[in-house]
Amino acid sequence: MEHRSHIYGVVAEFKTERELVHAVEKTREAGYRRIEAYTPFPVEGLSEALALKRNNVPLITLIGGLTGGLGGFFFQYWVSVIAYPLNIGGRPLNSWPAFIPVTFELTVLGAALSAVFGMLALNGLPRPHHPLFNVHRFVKHATSDRFFLCIEARDSKFHLKDSARFLQGLNASHINEVEDD
Amino acid sequence: MSAGQPPIDSPQIRRLSPVLGPGHTFTSVTDKISSIVLTRPTSLGWVAGFAISFSLVMMLTVALAWLIIKGVGIWGINIPVGWGFAIVNFVWWIGIGHAGTLISAILFLLNQKWRTSINRFAEAMTLFAVACAGIFPLLHTGRPWMSYYMFPYPSTMGLWPQFRSPLIWDVFAVSTYGTVSLLFWFVGLIPDLATLRDRALTKPKQIIYGMLAMGWRGSARHWHRYQSAYLLLAGLATPLVLSVHTVVSFDFATAIVPGWHTTIFPPYFVAGAIYSGFAMVLTIAIPLRKAYGLEDFITMRHLENMAMVMLATGLIVAYGYFFEYFMSIYSGNKFDLYLTQMRFHGPYSHFYYALILCNILTPQLLWFHKARTNIPLLFVMSLVVNLGMWLERFVIVVISLTRDFMPSAWGRYSATVWDYATFAGTIGLFVMLLFLFVRVMPAISIAEMRELVAETSEDHE
Repeated sequence: MEHRSHIYGVVAEFKTERELVHAVEKTREAGYRRIEAYTPFPVEGLSEALALKRNNVPLITLIGGLTGGLGGFFFQYWVSVIAYPLNIGGRPLNSWPAFIPVTFELTVLGAALSAVFGMLALNGLPRPHHPLFNVHRFVKHATSDRFFLCIEARDSKFHLKDSARFLQGLNASHINEVEDD
Repeated sequence: MSAGQPPIDSPQIRRLSPVLGPGHTFTSVTDKISSIVLTRPTSLGWVAGFAISFSLVMMLTVALAWLIIKGVGIWGINIPVGWGFAIVNFVWWIGIGHAGTLISAILFLLNQKWRTSINRFAEAMTLFAVACAGIFPLLHTGRPWMSYYMFPYPSTMGLWPQFRSPLIWDVFAVSTYGTVSLLFWFVGLIPDLATLRDRALTKPKQIIYGMLAMGWRGSARHWHRYQSAYLLLAGLATPLVLSVHTVVSFDFATAIVPGWHTTIFPPYFVAGAIYSGFAMVLTIAIPLRKAYGLEDFITMRHLENMAMVMLATGLIVAYGYFFEYFMSIYSGNKFDLYLTQMRFHGPYSHFYYALILCNILTPQLLWFHKARTNIPLLFVMSLVVNLGMWLERFVIVVISLTRDFMPSAWGRYSATVWDYATFAGTIGLFVMLLFLFVRVMPAISIAEMRELVAETSEDHE
């Protein structure tokens, strides 16, 4: 192994999502923590097996929605009452029921934009390259029909040969080293 | 699987066809759908269809150029009928878009599996319909190059938009709707773009799909956040879609014109929008599944379910018509009553009778299983409903405006060749965009089909 110091991790390939979930559970039981699964569709039970915490996308969405809604309402208030008041037959300037449609639309807009861009930012996307893309079988199958489990080199328990042998024992169909570049 | 829902092949619903043809694996659905984009040669039918729709788009550009040179006087609009085709077409197109959002958001929240193979192109349909819709109010302003006046920006004149006006509500509703629909569609596409990137055979395709996929690699942590974001978008799009046609109906309902000033408009507009939208989804789905051999993915179950949604919303629309009629009598308002008489006996009564035939009578055939599973008949009926919903907007706009309060203000309206050219041109634009879409993007969500494969194989065990 010439590139020992440039190893990102070791990746195992599984044929079915059940084998993957099972392997993830076993890997965590074995004490590995820096592991990540890669699947062509969201697999039920995988987040639990990886012990993923609740994510922050809902909170970001809530903040975005509140900002859009409150900002939208008070902007309309400012325009209609302070910046450009129009006296129409003595009707109240702060005619709030008429501001509701735009307030609603801006709430939805703010929430939707923050949900999408929040999700992308938390996921660290866009990220055009990733060490796993060095693995030929990963590129060929990870977004189509196979399920992958990667033990990363930064895990304190990681040892190239032992970790590979461990994954082999979990009924993986292929094992590959992942070079970091 | 949600609790209480019988598995797809259970005896309770054995009469129905499955949502996915038998024998499919992760590999087969991926191959089948991605090959349409990546390896399948461009067929003669595609080229012919694209050429026809592209020539209609050329006609649209001519019509729009002439409009910008001469002004809206080339249209048939006059005083009192200031709205005419532009608003009829705007409402029609926006309404068509609504089914896409309904399928992708509401059916997703309701955990309806049959949405999976039709949501992608239904969302694309939404985007293209909104694009066509947006053209009309923009040009109807007369000076489209001044349309930025409707957006609130700090102008040197110190002028701000009137936020109490339904016109401004419309600007916000339609632009938010367009933006959120685009986001929803794009988020759904990300995993499939990654599939296309990894399966593309040529360098340019790898680079383009790669850039669009943004480095998606199916990581479990990514999926975890992705699913949250997708669920939230569905939850946000659901009230949004109801609000958009509500706001469109406010354009009418806040006016005092007879036949417009009615509280039933918002729900009745939303039902009508979904009605015409499902009709358009059928109009697209039937040729699409035939042309690309997708009968296993868009099964009879899908067609039948869509037909049933059409029937249900059609009945709500019929209820709306009935109550418009009833209220005009019950209110004792002589202007409303006169308007109703004009619908039945006035100069545009043939439009009204055609509308009743298209929107209320014809869809009653859908009560019958035989009619719902007869594909050519279903296709014809979807076209009939599309026509009927266009007539409905024509009746609402034109009959009310030609029969105002004062006989001295009454008038007539007839569209000019430029009205027809613009309308046909937007249909061309819509069809052309759909043709391009099925060639460059997966028309069915591959990731969700894999999920369906996983779920149906579990059900068998």
